[in-house]
Amino acid sequence: MSHLIVVPFILPLLIGALLSWVKDEHISLQRNISLAASLALLVVALLLLSMAEQGGVQVYSMGNWHAPFGIVLVLDRLSALLLATTAMLALWVNFYAVAGDDQRGRNFHALFQFQLAGINGAFLTGDLFNLFVCFEILLIASYTLLLHGLGAERLRSAVHYVILNLVGSSLFLLGAGLFYGVAGTLNMADLARFVAQAQGDEQYLLQAAGWVLLLVFGLKAAFLPLHFWLPRAYASATAPVAALFAIMTKVGLYAILRMTTLVFGGQTGAAAGFGLDVLFVIALLTMMLGAIGAFAAGTLHSMLAYLVLVSVGTLLAGISMGSEAALTASLYYLLHSTWGIAGLFLLADLIAKQRGKLKGILRTGAPLLTPARLGALFFVGAVATAGLPPFSGFVGKLSLLQAAQGIQQGFLWVTVLLASLVVLLALSRAGSVLFWQHTGAIDEHARFSTPAFVSAVALIGSGVLLVIFAEPVLAFCQASAQQLLQPELYLQQLTGE
Amino acid sequence: MELWIACAIGGLVFCGVYLILRARTFPVALGLTLLSYAINIFLFSMGRLKTGQPAVIGTSASYTDPVPQALVLTAIVIGFAMTAFLLILSLRAYVILGTDHVDGSEKNKQEAP
Amino acid sequence: MLVALLLLPFFCALLVLFLANRPRRLIVTLSSVAPVLGLLLLGSKAPEILGGEVICAQQAWLPSLGLNLNFCLDGLSFLFSLLILGIGLLVIIYARYYLAEQERVAKFFASLLLFMGAMLGVVLSSNLLLMLMFWELTSLSSFLLIGFWSQRAEARAGARMALAVTGGGGLALLAGILLLGNIVGSYELADVIAAKELILAHKLYPITLILVLIGAFTKSAQFPFHFWLPHAMSAPTPVSAYLHSATMVKAGVFLLARLYPALAGTDWWFYLVTFTGLVTLLIGAITALFQHDLKGLLAYSTVSHLGLITMLFGIGSDLAPVAAIFHIINHATFKASLFMAAGIIDHETGTRDMRRINGLWKYMPHTALLAMVASSAMAGVPLLNGFLSKEMFFAETLHQQLLGSFSWLIPALATAAAVFSVAYSLRFIHDVFFNGEPINLPKFPPHEPPRYMKIPVEILVFLCLLVGMLPAYSVSGLLASAAQASLGHAPPEYSLTIWHGLNTPLLMSTAAMLGGILIYLFRRPLYAWYDGLPSLNALDTFKSFLQRSTAQSSQFVARVQAASLQRFIAIVLLSVCAVVLWKLLPMTRLSGDEPLSPVDPLTLIGLAAMVLTALLTVMYHRQRLISLTTLSVVGLVTAMLFARFSAPDLALTQLVVEVVTILLMLLVLNFIPEKSPIESSSLRRLRDFCIALVSGGLVAVLTYAVLTRPFSSIADYYLDNSVSGGGGTNVVNVILVDFRGFDTLGEISVLAITAMAIVALLHGLRLPQRRTDHDGRSWATHSHHLMLKILARLLLPLALLVSVFIFLRGHNEPGGGFIAGLVTAVALLLLQVSSGQAWVERRLKFNYRVMASAGVLLAGFTGLASWFFGKPYLTSAHGSVTIPWLGEMELASAMVFDLGVYLTVVGGTLLILSSLGRLGHYVKLPEGK
Repeated sequence: MSHLIVVPFILPLLIGALLSWVKDEHISLQRNISLAASLALLVVALLLLSMAEQGGVQVYSMGNWHAPFGIVLVLDRLSALLLATTAMLALWVNFYAVAGDDQRGRNFHALFQFQLAGINGAFLTGDLFNLFVCFEILLIASYTLLLHGLGAERLRSAVHYVILNLVGSSLFLLGAGLFYGVAGTLNMADLARFVAQAQGDEQYLLQAAGWVLLLVFGLKAAFLPLHFWLPRAYASATAPVAALFAIMTKVGLYAILRMTTLVFGGQTGAAAGFGLDVLFVIALLTMMLGAIGAFAAGTLHSMLAYLVLVSVGTLLAGISMGSEAALTASLYYLLHSTWGIAGLFLLADLIAKQRGKLKGILRTGAPLLTPARLGALFFVGAVATAGLPPFSGFVGKLSLLQAAQGIQQGFLWVTVLLASLVVLLALSRAGSVLFWQHTGAIDEHARFSTPAFVSAVALIGSGVLLVIFAEPVLAFCQASAQQLLQPELYLQQLTGE
Repeated sequence: MELWIACAIGGLVFCGVYLILRARTFPVALGLTLLSYAINIFLFSMGRLKTGQPAVIGTSASYTDPVPQALVLTAIVIGFAMTAFLLILSLRAYVILGTDHVDGSEKNKQEAP
Repeated sequence: MLVALLLLPFFCALLVLFLANRPRRLIVTLSSVAPVLGLLLLGSKAPEILGGEVICAQQAWLPSLGLNLNFCLDGLSFLFSLLILGIGLLVIIYARYYLAEQERVAKFFASLLLFMGAMLGVVLSSNLLLMLMFWELTSLSSFLLIGFWSQRAEARAGARMALAVTGGGGLALLAGILLLGNIVGSYELADVIAAKELILAHKLYPITLILVLIGAFTKSAQFPFHFWLPHAMSAPTPVSAYLHSATMVKAGVFLLARLYPALAGTDWWFYLVTFTGLVTLLIGAITALFQHDLKGLLAYSTVSHLGLITMLFGIGSDLAPVAAIFHIINHATFKASLFMAAGIIDHETGTRDMRRINGLWKYMPHTALLAMVASSAMAGVPLLNGFLSKEMFFAETLHQQLLGSFSWLIPALATAAAVFSVAYSLRFIHDVFFNGEPINLPKFPPHEPPRYMKIPVEILVFLCLLVGMLPAYSVSGLLASAAQASLGHAPPEYSLTIWHGLNTPLLMSTAAMLGGILIYLFRRPLYAWYDGLPSLNALDTFKSFLQRSTAQSSQFVARVQAASLQRFIAIVLLSVCAVVLWKLLPMTRLSGDEPLSPVDPLTLIGLAAMVLTALLTVMYHRQRLISLTTLSVVGLVTAMLFARFSAPDLALTQLVVEVVTILLMLLVLNFIPEKSPIESSSLRRLRDFCIALVSGGLVAVLTYAVLTRPFSSIADYYLDNSVSGGGGTNVVNVILVDFRGFDTLGEISVLAITAMAIVALLHGLRLPQRRTDHDGRSWATHSHHLMLKILARLLLPLALLVSVFIFLRGHNEPGGGFIAGLVTAVALLLLQVSSGQAWVERRLKFNYRVMASAGVLLAGFTGLASWFFGKPYLTSAHGSVTIPWLGEMELASAMVFDLGVYLTVVGGTLLILSSLGRLGHYVKLPEGK
């Protein structure tokens, strides 16, 4: 049992606490600490990834109290993958933020680290109630980060976001309580064991609890009809925050994945009655709405926010299909969409800063100061996001389309391809307005700082790397999917240790 | 007793939800507080209801289930933090937006029912 | 070799971008490197290929997806590569002189090379998915090239329309290929062709075919997707010559040629392909005649020629594809040269309007000659290449017997189309080069273009003549190998000679010639008639369609996304109720078999009081102060309830938290309106009432359903191990600081973060302190009540003492860090309320912020300590380990952790409340009073 497993949670947590000591006057000190921490986090995450690569599920029993009594952190391929994704994202976002956005509000770096702690905790924990606690950490941090830089629009969206999530937290407790009341345990693996042998009415109660939680996670993942908060929140957040939030929806999806593959996993008949088909329908609707929203969007930022919805729908579709191929596809797509969208959010900010008052509004404006570089980057990002060759979006979409089976095939193909077309139209409109259609004079002072541009390049460039190294990445995703579909491994933590 | 507890929790949830659906931040905050009371009691009762058997070793022959108590204790503190944040947020919103309407504008005062 | 051939253009493109701001000569040379080397490579392989060999290069990439880097060079791809590279080279030379000085040359040539590479990819890929990737890449690069003159609105719109149509077609093609893959089980071209029977027999064949054809037809601008091509003409002319006549638009027919052996041979194929081709042929030819724009004419003629080729692929006979491929070659040569000529004319006269460009023969005889030869080829005049393939086309139309007794209709219509193509070719010659004097040209007088602008045209025109006169010695080998590759077997006998004797095709050609001349003579009335037609401009339609759909979807989104939190919450709650109901309905019995515990009146009264006060809170929620009071009662009863059901810790915590919460709400209430207006309609209130009722009901049902069921939990473990493992008798506290200490760590972090967040939120907020309450009554002036003041100051040390006591005993008796912390906090708050914040802060110089985070750090590092004993995080040690002479006192490292909790709670709570309380301090002197 390696202590490394707990580091992704406590490192950012303690760093965050430390940073909240450092006054905002010493911004450079804050920046250095924060960047160093993010870098360290990435290293740790990669080490964990290689640990998970060796296969098997590793368990870390908090306080040396073994499952199901103590809280355990569980490292399998999936959690390792998501940790790495987050760490990579965090590093570049952090890099972008130090270009100046971190000074538009207070304690940015402390909150940023706390947010990471919450996210990583959620990815690692094997305990239902602890998941609740981690959610609360990442939520309270996200509330504040969302307000970073204040302003009327942010306050409006924050009020919605906060209240909805407070309701969500109560519902989480409801679901968790139900589980405990019926199963008498909180460890997810233990729950799975109980669900597997639960009969009759008890099974229904458990499924009710499961679905309540599923909706709570859905609120985070923002699928229909729980997505309302997302477009405004993401569109109004400052660039680094919006970029970091690219992983937030994935936390919800991750929890859903654990719910469907582990607690109500395939090893029982329980999964049969659980109702994944409902999720599938929801997924397609989410995808469509996202595409329409992007098509209609009046600003670049809200367009990107709706593209987040599209990716959520696509991912959920894969999760709800549940086959190994489908899960593989969604995991690959998860990487692609997280980094790609985040990069686009950063890029959107760079573009907006060169358009004076218009900012991200999609109307004829002054020509950009550096159209070539931004344009090329936007082109890559847009093509990748629209799922066109030759970038990562295409590979992800292709593998998802191939994974579809039977009746679902037709629906999925039609929806995905239509959505791609609509998104393509939307993005081509945005591109032609932003880069081709202009009047007035260039704003000569709108130079962007190199680190900011670099981080945008790095995140969007991932779309290229993910294609070049598609083979190993897909292989890892497939291995993770296999691991997910045989929870026996995960369940060993109860007997093992 | 269980029946009545259940009803009481239901009653609290009812009140909480109704308030949460109001249009002003303060009642909503009240509603959320009520709801969290209800949920806390619910969570607590999930360990089943025992009288006079506090989970302090050596005080009685049998003990109540301590786990939900610990959970609720955590939940209470977190709930407090969240309520506090919401209150301050609503205050800030009220000062900047000039309204305490949850949508941050008086415009849609008359929502279509 | 193939890989090199393929990578060259991409590599050069990157290079060009890299050297963007170097002189134009360098860039052009670099760009032409790719096609030159490519042609050399091709030439080196020519003997084998023409000998019928196939060269392949294979490299597995994503086998799991069936996507592999497999390329093959056979006759067909050889022919196309030749066109792509050859014409590409000519176009590059041409463009070097065509583009104006200030244009961003590098961008142009980079995109051009990108396209070249993509197109090569399309023709060389032997893996269908790979081909699709390049296919879409051609659409993207064409998007960039059409939009090259981005300052022009029609260029932008044209580019987007082209992308929408071809890109969309590509998606359809993707679906088609995926279906093929499902049927065949492989995406390798060879396997697909091998599985012909399987495909044709499969029930999904029709839909597969249709999807593939949509892909091909959109690319090759077949009816009804032809409309994008004419508007792609807003691209620079070299682009039109290269992409939109010679190569990219041929991708569609190339696909037909490729999949011919796999998909052809059914009625579906015949009817869809033949008639699409026929209709396109006619529409294109007729419309072309009426275009006044030089490039418009050429564009529509391209459409019609593509239709001709498509149609040939539709006709069943084996000879038809041969004719088709032959015509592909011919059309590429003469149409490219014509576009270049048009470009020259545009370049020299400054306009493309044929009503103004007349009699250029005088000014640029050389160009005129070239253009005339080329357009005669287009018209199908003997001794030129166009003639030969058109003859073959006529012959094929005669041989088919597909419409039964009406089969004669097809040749008839073909002839009709030919008539028009003769007519517009005639117009191109006569209108432009003769027909009187030019009418006020922007540039006058026009003269011959620079030498190098003509060379490409000359080369192409020479090819037209060569093929036209000596077909057997020029193209026959190329054609044969290409045809074989496309058919999958050796093509039937055919003779490439000019004279086949007096036969029907010849008659048809002659008829076409005469008819064409006739029509051209009567053009004026025809123009008049055409102008009478309702004009529909695809571009405007496209634009208005986009605008309309955007507007509609914005309305839709606005309706769905209307920013009403109340609606969002309602939907969330309703969906929760829905899923719970969905899962509960199938249950046989809601209640379980466990006996209910006896009802005791006291508790019952308590519950009743709780619900009652809650209801009061709802009733009075508009008078916020009142509702707050009632709410506090609810909290109080809750605490009592906890106490009643043997949870003393909870009761204590609830009690103190209650106090703090209410205090906080009071403080906030001081700054916000005291009353809520009535704004929900009765109907909405009814709706909310129902939602609340359902939610409450369901929670009650769930509670009851669970409580009446048997229960066994992990609790016993804690009860058994609390003393031995945790070193404390108060199990709840041991769970908090030891068994589940990790939760607690997270939880105090939440508190600390919240405190920090609130400080951040209140940062820079200034509020006037109210001198009067909401009803205008002024507050008591002596702000700090004496009694209270004294009382509080006396109380403080006591409270601190109590809290220490609570803290210490916490591990064994009800109490612990939380409660202790909260007690301390409350005591200090009381002091603040009584003696004023300033007073307190003067005496107790705590930095709450530091305190809070210090708590988290303390707790966190306590956990780390266990690492040094090789134990996992947060492992507690207890017993009389540390200090011997305190041995009898049970010390647990968990207590240090608990101290962290204590600090955080005190710090966090006070930070929140004091920062809020401080708001009142920024007093501007009471306004107006």
